Parts: sequence; structure tokens; C-alpha cells
Amino acid sequence: MSHDRSTTAAPAATTLDAAGRRELFVHMLRLRCLDERMLKLQRAGRIGFVGTARGLEGAILGAASALAPRDWLWSGLREGGAALMRGLPLAEYIAQMYCNANDTAKGRQMCNHFQHKGSHYPSWSSVIGTQIPHGVGAAFAERARGSDAVHAIFFGDGATSSNGFHAGLNFAGVWKAPCVFVCIDNGWAISVASSAQTAARSFADKGIAYGIPALQVDGNDAPACHEAVAQGLLRARAGEGPTLVVLETYRMLGHSSSDDPTKYRSDEEVERWAKRDPIDALERELLASGNLAEGERAELVSQLTAEIDAVIHEQEAAAPMALRTLVEDVYAEVPQHLRLQYNHFHDVVQRRGEALPGDGAFPL
Amino acid sequence: MPELTLVQAVNDGLKTAMRADDSVLVFGEDVGPKGGVFLATEGLTSEFGKERCFDTPLSEDGIVGTAVGMAMNGLRPVAEILFQDFNFPAFDQIVSEAAKLRYRSGGQYTAPMVIRTPFGGGIRGGLYHSQSGEAYFTHTAGLKVVVPSTPYDAKGLLIASINDPDPVLFLEPKALYRSVKGEVPEGEYSVDLSTLRSVRSGDDVTLFCYGAMVTVAEKAADQAQAKGIGVNIVDLRTLLPLDEEGVLEHAKRTGRVVVLHEAPRFCGFGAEISALIAERAIEYMEAPIARVTGFDTPFPNTLEHHYLPDPRRVLDAIEHVANY
Ligand SMILES: Cc1ncc(C[n+]2csc(CCOP(=O)(O)OP(=O)(O)O)c2C)c(N)n1
Ligand SMILES: [Mg+2]
Repeated sequence: MSHDRSTTAAPAATTLDAAGRRELFVHMLRLRCLDERMLKLQRAGRIGFVGTARGLEGAILGAASALAPRDWLWSGLREGGAALMRGLPLAEYIAQMYCNANDTAKGRQMCNHFQHKGSHYPSWSSVIGTQIPHGVGAAFAERARGSDAVHAIFFGDGATSSNGFHAGLNFAGVWKAPCVFVCIDNGWAISVASSAQTAARSFADKGIAYGIPALQVDGNDAPACHEAVAQGLLRARAGEGPTLVVLETYRMLGHSSSDDPTKYRSDEEVERWAKRDPIDALERELLASGNLAEGERAELVSQLTAEIDAVIHEQEAAAPMALRTLVEDVYAEVPQHLRLQYNHFHDVVQRRGEALPGDGAFPL
Repeated sequence: MPELTLVQAVNDGLKTAMRADDSVLVFGEDVGPKGGVFLATEGLTSEFGKERCFDTPLSEDGIVGTAVGMAMNGLRPVAEILFQDFNFPAFDQIVSEAAKLRYRSGGQYTAPMVIRTPFGGGIRGGLYHSQSGEAYFTHTAGLKVVVPSTPYDAKGLLIASINDPDPVLFLEPKALYRSVKGEVPEGEYSVDLSTLRSVRSGDDVTLFCYGAMVTVAEKAADQAQAKGIGVNIVDLRTLLPLDEEGVLEHAKRTGRVVVLHEAPRFCGFGAEISALIAERAIEYMEAPIARVTGFDTPFPNTLEHHYLPDPRRVLDAIEHVANY
């Protein structure tokens, strides 16, 4: 069983050209600007919760940039930027963060649970690891339907301990399902370090047990992430089955806007990783190869931020969800008992007024 | 006596139990240096060491499954599951293993363990950080299901649960973690499981509730009082095994009953209370039993305050039953 942990000598077809690298750089910058804006909105009490991708932009977007438009991306908490890159409109991204009436999921999910059917991006439930077998089943269906689309299944280091991970990789190995597992090892699962998640040397070792070749890649090297996933996609499309790609990176901020990471990790560790920032690394490379001009990054940042701010402004004004959506989409049709429950509720609202929002805040 | 919030009382209860008995240990996700997502386990690792309070890999199935084994072999595990919603990945270990071990071994092996878990809505946590799944577990013979609603009960019931010879699912109403405060005695004391608590007495309508709904009940009762309706509030606090005699006694006292919970209505715990009264005290009833519950839908996100029973809806039911 091969267990290749190197990414050198990638076939030419899988490497990202200069234009592609520059484009990727802009997507990474956009995601960082967006996270900063979202954190501001969260601090101002405008949105409830933000799980940022800061430090992970190279891993998430580098990996996702290898997918073809027909491929699917199964996400966890932090892959929203990949949806955006692949076609999720910025307005829908921000509507989802506001959970307002423009959100395609009707404000039903917490923030950071994006979906975009047009680019084959279902939302994550919240329950860690559950998307992994879903992606495997969907990959199976893809082949059964005679399509060559591949399913890229993203998840974190923490998720490798979930039942979904074990079931998903095992089934995919047995079925030679056309999928690529992308493990974003960002060092932490809330406050639990990757080293406390497994006794294996690397999460890539876990591929061996399932008969799945694995690659371990510097997750802060965005083009390398692209290459590794591109290789997995080639294998999957050729009918050779799944690949596990482990991207070693670092979650620079807290687990979410409510987490205080100083309680469980050292400043030195964070500083060490700050020096390896994926955006800075790609910027240096683009500058050196003449694909980015001095000072262009700052210009891009202000341009991207202005775009984001305009959309935020628009979404601030959007209506909240209508009350009747409380009982919709539970089934294809609203059943009689739910109709009655809603009518009774509506009657109380008419007579006594509407309930007021509570002041509870999400802790994690 | 110190005034503590409910979550501080849980923390105090854990420390008290761990000081009293070396075999008590606490583990789960993020319970160590972080001290728990809600800070229920703050300071445990520093006081008791990482042998007795530690983080596990991200697997609820693993957490509960290993707790069963520890309990079978002389330890007193107190496992934390981050949210009640994430007990479902451990459902099999809870329902098929922990709950049935005593029965299937003819009493030779037992699982004296506690699973602590925050439950209910009120924090804008959406579908998977808000559920009240108590009915899944109260349908499980062999398990005990406990729900405190005051700091005093949180500590006393937790200590009783840890000392109990059977597995206990300890549901902590997260909406009350910091919103209620109360006097909590220092040191060890316990509150007996399977005893309900009379929150306040009133002559007209008995209102059964538990968890975060107790505070909603109190607000509704204040408003009812202003309209001349006396509400007798009962906090069930242990759902399984239920204090059935206590329920019947309180139901008979007023002959008019409202049952309140935030979980969905269909096959919810209120159905059991209602059936119990219908079977054994129907002749005392002067009005149909009313239920105020969450909708039979998944838990919403932005609309959670409409989903959760609020004092308006409770008052509406109280008046309906009182004036029947
Ligand atoms: C089954 C389950 N258990 C616990 C949680 C709470 N939780 C949310 S995110 C998280 C850590 C996830 O870590 P990882 O998979 O590494 O993803 P990351 O947050 O680092 O992107 C935990 C424990 C959950 N959502 N689902
Ligand atoms: Mg992680």
C-alpha cells in the first residue's frame, strides 16, 4: 500500500500557473478582509458568531482551487471562502452571516453555515464529521450516474476522531469512491491540540488503515495545497479511488469569536506561525516573479473591503425571516398538526403580542 | 452562604465530589485547560491534575463508551458532552450500553456514571446547540434523567447523581447558567433524586415544568396573580424515575393543570405527565390538561424566541385552563 507523504515532482497538469496563483492570492485576501469585517460586526452585536479562516486561507482556498466547477465541496465550519471563490455570491455569504430573509437557508442555521447549490456546496450541519460519509455516498452516486465529478470532503483535525471519519474513509476505500478527503489540520479543535487528538505521527497515517493513499502538505503553501488536491482529483477521475490530503496549518485566532485561546496555548506558538502566514508567503512569491506590483496588496485590500462594505450595508437593511417559516420545510408540505400549532401560536401573538428576543450569547 | 450562578454551582458540585472521592474523574471535550465551553469545569485540572480532569479526542461515542468501562471497573466517571445535541453520536452507548448493563448482567455489572450536558435553547445556537432531547432518554429504562433549575439544586442533584449507583443523564439548562443566582451551601450536601420541588403554591392552576422553563413559569405566574389566578408551580427536576405520587398530589390540589416544556410537543415529556394524570386523577380534573411546548419542528435559529414558550403563551394557557 503506498503511503506517499511527499508532494514533490507533481505532474505538470496539477501545478498552478502564474495567473492562477495571482487569482488565488486575491481570493485569499478577500477571505481575510471578509473575516475581519465579520469579526467587527460580531463585536458590534450585529451578527452572532464568526469562525474565522485566518491563517488557513492558503489551505482552504489552495485546496478548493483545484476543483472543477462540476465537482462538489463538502464543508465544515471554515470553508465559506471556498464557496465564495467557486460562485457563492458575496451577498448570500453576508446574508447567511446575518441569518436574514435573503439567506437561502432562511436564517435557520447559525452563522458560518454557508450553502450554494449552484457550485455544489451543501452546508455543514454543525455536528462534527457528519459530512464525511455524506460526501462518500454522494461520490458513489456520482459514479452510479455515470458522471466524472469528484467530491472533495473537507474536515478538521478534530473531525478525524469522529465516527463519520472512520465510516467515511472505510467505505470510500472499499468502494473506491471518487472523492478526495481534505483534512485541514490547523493544530487545534477548540482547545484540544492535534497532538492530543491522535497518537499517530500524522493524520495522513490514518489513510494506511483504510487502504487510501495519503499526502501530507504544508498547508500554508497555497499552490502546494492546490497541487496535492489536483493529484487526488486526477486519481479519483481515473477511477483509482479516494486520496487523503492532510494540510498542516494553524488556526491563528480563537476557535470562534467567543473563544479565548490564551487559556490553552502559548503566544510563542502563535508567533511562530504568524511568520509563516500563507498570504505573506504567496505575496512574496508573486512579487519575486513579477506577478504582483509593490503596494498592490494594499490597493487590493481597500478595493475588496469597499466591495464587502457595500454588501454589508445592503444586507443590514434586509428583513428578518417571516414567522410562518417556523413550520415550513419540516416536510415537503406543512402537515395538519403543524398548521394547527402555528395557527394557535399566531392567535396568541395576535391577542398578546410577539415574544421578544432573548439576550443569550453563543459561548463557543 | 455564597451566592452562586447555576454554572458556578455545577463547578462547586464537581469539586466537592472530587474532593470527597478520589475515584471521581471528569473528562470530555474542552473540559481541561479551557475549563469547559461554559466554564463549568474551570479550575478542575489545576486542582486535581490532568489524571482526574482531562480533554479527550473529539468523539462522544468514545467519551461515553469509555466512561461505561471506567464505571464497570471502580471509577466514578463524570463525562461532559459539550451540548445535549452531541449526545446523539453517543446514543448507542447511552441507550444500549450504559442503561442496560445492570439488567443484562443480572446486576453483576453496573455503570455508576454521570453524563453532564447543557441543554435547551436561548443562546442563538441554532438546530444543533439548542435541542431539548430529554424525551429520547426518558424512554430509556435503566437511565436516570435529572434537570436542575436552581444553583442549590444543581449542586445537590449533581452530587446525588455522582453518588447514585445507576447512570444519570444530567441536563443543565444553559439558558440559566448565568441568569439565575442563589445561595449554595459550601461542602457536601445532596438533593434526593426523584423528588419534585414546589416552586410556589397557588390554589387555581398547577403548572408543571423543569429546566429553563421554571423561570418562564414564574413570570407567567406573576402575571396570572395580577389577574387573580393563583398558580402552583412544580419543578419536576428528576424526569426519570419520576416522582409520580408528587405529580398526582399537586394535580389533584388544583384540578387544573398546565404542562410546560421547550421540547417539541409530540411524544414530549408533557404527554407522560398528562397521561399519568388522565389515568390516575381524571376525576379530580375540572378542565382539560393544557400543554405549552416548542413546535414539532427542528429548533430554529433567528426565530428561537418565537419557538420557545414565553410568558405570554404560558399565561394564555393558564387563563384558558383557569376559566374553563
Ligand atoms: C459531534 C460534535 N461534537 C462537538 C462539537 C463541538 N465542536 C464544534 S467545532 C469543534 C472542534 C472542531 O475541530 P476541527 O475538526 O479541528 O475543526 P476546526 O474548528 O479546527 O476547523 C468542536 C469540538 C460539535 N460541533 N459536534
Ligand atoms: Mg482544527
